[in-house]
Amino acid sequence: MSAFLTGVALFLLLNVAAGLIRVVRGPTQADRMLAAQLFGTTGVAIVLLLSQATGEPALRDIALIFALLAVVISVAFVKRGWVRKAGSPGEEEVDLGG
Amino acid sequence: MEGELLGVGMSALADGATVILVLAGAFFFLAGTVGLLRFPDVYCRLHALTKADTLGLGLIVLGLTFQVGTWPTRILLLVIWFLALMAAATVCHLLADASLRSGVEPLRGGPKSGEAEHQAAS
Repeated sequence: MSAFLTGVALFLLLNVAAGLIRVVRGPTQADRMLAAQLFGTTGVAIVLLLSQATGEPALRDIALIFALLAVVISVAFVKRGWVRKAGSPGEEEVDLGG
Repeated sequence: MEGELLGVGMSALADGATVILVLAGAFFFLAGTVGLLRFPDVYCRLHALTKADTLGLGLIVLGLTFQVGTWPTRILLLVIWFLALMAAATVCHLLADASLRSGVEPLRGGPKSGEAEHQAAS
């Protein structure tokens, strides 16, 4: 069972690596952010699988933190890192550049 | 591996359930990644990622609950999934809203125009 779970974790890691192509191709900032979101969800699954495969219960707490941080990253991105068009409706105009 | 709930004969059954559920979860993760790479615009990609991946995580978590020994650990796993579920819904809405506000037009009028746009963009 341990080998099977490690194999699935490796497969998910390959998924994340394939998602990197989207970071390179873009075209918008949100597309690149989506790849980070992919890391978030897939990373939680990978850590949970490894936790079971290696019998390391502390990894489950790490998965919990991963799930929390994935939200924080995206909220921070939308609030601070977004290049808004001039005059577009928004609570505040933020332009930090690419 | 299974302590208080299942006997020795049930252990093989639990292993089988884990294998099936984890494989199904891995399939949905694969579907999410393919969607992220192949779909034509950011709204479609959001749709693929936040739904397929969260379902995949849910299936993997469900598969792992058959392997862990105690109820607090099972509940912790389900709490992690619940958190990921809330996160996916929130992030999907935030990113779609921000994209729309910043002037990214949603794809309209069939897949043909979308493909042209996709190729022009890449």
